Amino acid sequence: MSKTTIESFSCPLPKMDYTTIQLAHGAGGRLSAELLEKVFLPCLGNETLNRLDDQAVLETPGGRLSFSTDTFVVSPIFFPGGNIGDLAVNGTVNDVCMNGAVPKFLSIGFVLEEGLPISELHEIVTSVRNAADKAGVRIVTGDTKVVEKGSCDKLFINTSGIGFIPEGLHISAANLKPGNKIILSGTLADHGMAVLTARKGLSFQTTVRSDTAALNGLVSSILPVGGINAMRDPTRGGAAAVLNELAVSSGVGIELDERKIPVLDAVRGACEILGIDPLYTANEGKLIAVVEADAAETVLKAMRQHPLGENAVIIGTVTGDNPGQVLMENSLGVKRIVDMPVGEQLPRIC
Amino acid sequence: MKYLDEYRNPKIIRNIITQIKETVTRPWVIMEICGGQTHSIMRSGINELLKNQIELVHGPGCPVCVTPLELIDQALEIASRPNVIFTSFGDMLRVPGSTMDLQEARSQGADVRFVYSPLEAVKIARENPDKEVVFFAVGFETTAPGNAMAIHQAFNENLTNFSELVSHVLVPPAMEALLSSPSNRVQAYLAAGHVCAVMGWEEYEPIAAKYKVPIVVTGFEPADLVQGILTTVRQLERGKYKVENEYGRAVSRAGNIPAKKIIHEIFEITDRKWRGIGTIPQSGFKIREKYAAHDASLKFSVSHMEAREPEICISGEILQGLKKPDACPAFGRECTPEHPLGATMVSSEGACSAYFRYHK
Repeated sequence: MSKTTIESFSCPLPKMDYTTIQLAHGAGGRLSAELLEKVFLPCLGNETLNRLDDQAVLETPGGRLSFSTDTFVVSPIFFPGGNIGDLAVNGTVNDVCMNGAVPKFLSIGFVLEEGLPISELHEIVTSVRNAADKAGVRIVTGDTKVVEKGSCDKLFINTSGIGFIPEGLHISAANLKPGNKIILSGTLADHGMAVLTARKGLSFQTTVRSDTAALNGLVSSILPVGGINAMRDPTRGGAAAVLNELAVSSGVGIELDERKIPVLDAVRGACEILGIDPLYTANEGKLIAVVEADAAETVLKAMRQHPLGENAVIIGTVTGDNPGQVLMENSLGVKRIVDMPVGEQLPRIC
Repeated sequence: MKYLDEYRNPKIIRNIITQIKETVTRPWVIMEICGGQTHSIMRSGINELLKNQIELVHGPGCPVCVTPLELIDQALEIASRPNVIFTSFGDMLRVPGSTMDLQEARSQGADVRFVYSPLEAVKIARENPDKEVVFFAVGFETTAPGNAMAIHQAFNENLTNFSELVSHVLVPPAMEALLSSPSNRVQAYLAAGHVCAVMGWEEYEPIAAKYKVPIVVTGFEPADLVQGILTTVRQLERGKYKVENEYGRAVSRAGNIPAKKIIHEIFEITDRKWRGIGTIPQSGFKIREKYAAHDASLKFSVSHMEAREPEICISGEILQGLKKPDACPAFGRECTPEHPLGATMVSSEGACSAYFRYHK
């Protein structure tokens, strides 16, 4: 048995290759994971946090709660299809409900930059209200801070949310079993490309709109069908990151069929021009459900009856081979690895 | 989607692959010049489907990969100066210099921005007259017209606060350097379609004749690539060695004449060092003296800086088609896309990143 030393009680300061925070540390890929492993978990880790689910499951005398938090720093704050306000509500609602919980309450914290037009703030807060109403959640506590000009980019929002998990329901990223089917609720990359093409300096116009939406309605319409083992919303890092995480959490392989993955033509065109892979691009109103094979068709049918799941499709299967890896078969029948994204999606040069 | 779906149609591609298999009587070594082609080959699995017929070796045509280390160091030096806005294509931000990359420089306070076009950098210069705006002008003939146009505009508008750090390289001298190397294995080239869209293919004819190698101008979609390979193996099997064009929808023999004109107005040919290969005579562009005011290496006096490559990295041999990425002892271990040792692992067009991403 090893001897306990003073060092083991201190917060270990890791040696990382980057000595300062890079934008890529926030992109949901390997560098984000490295930050978790080397800084956050050694200092803050506990049984609940270490699961690294999008939400914590809390046992209480009254039942199980789903609890999640998320911070929104999107730039520009207004983009085709939404703004930072509805994004902040929908993002947390979606994290709370991916284990089947019914989201009920939200907190909201604003960091405002000196000089932000109050009219813009008003528009965003109105969107917050409308999004909360639509999702059926109440904003029950909040906070506002103002920082000097230049200390933040217009405004940042943090939201936390609480929901109730129905009794007997156990949905988790660790539940995937060989033979399960992977269902995607709709087209990929709409949000990421809407924001990217709206960004200053990218001088081309598209019809791409963000898919930002609260998914709790869709979730409650498919849960009664049964057979759902795991759900995730593929936000930052895209479907590739989520599928890799699911494969690792459950110790299984995943095989996708490239031909089945739906991408809108306008989004695909923008991705082709910018050299960006839709599989690695953020979504804000889509979910990936992993379901028992014999329930797949009924879950798919239920999903398609909901407006947010009209384009739902089975995109792959869970396998016992290649645990922890995601493979994708292309139209020529060749399989390739779909790796965890590294960091920022950088546009190619020519 | 038009211009994509038909060139990714599995029926068409399989049909051409069958024709290649019927044509080939012995294994041939063909080099695809461009990194964009390498990625498309790996992504679609063409190399797997033809592994018994053809060895595809990956060429030096990744602009990020061949930019020498000292140029990255020069870029970092310029970017770290006060009052500079340093602009670049996105890929270059992650290429490691001797001590850091441009992303790290940005996190330490440098104003580093990625742009999609050098003309965006000119616009930034116009809007920030009190700042020095520098664009990192790397690339092959493909990016040269845009980079030349940016200087042309800045010169005409007297935007003296705009300059370019130029590391332009040219394809034909590199092809010749590879063919004349004693260790050369390449028997034919798939020429880079987009380079030829600018330059045409006349300049390849003397190379095909001198070294007796077929050169086929080839596009980037899977159907383009297999068609280029088919035309190449037909020549190889018959002992022919001429230049043929299989990217007719984008390339003409003479190329894009206005683009060539602006290139030659702004740039002149110079010796250029290639990362991993060394100096190749007459293999690059530099800014003509008339436009020296827009030459960042003169403006910031950084041209004396030198640097040494990490010893373990074999990107030089990979860029010359001598080795495959998975033959490198560091591949996937010390060297990964998030901690790259060499540029071939960084760029979305680099051969090592293609292997890492699609095959491992």
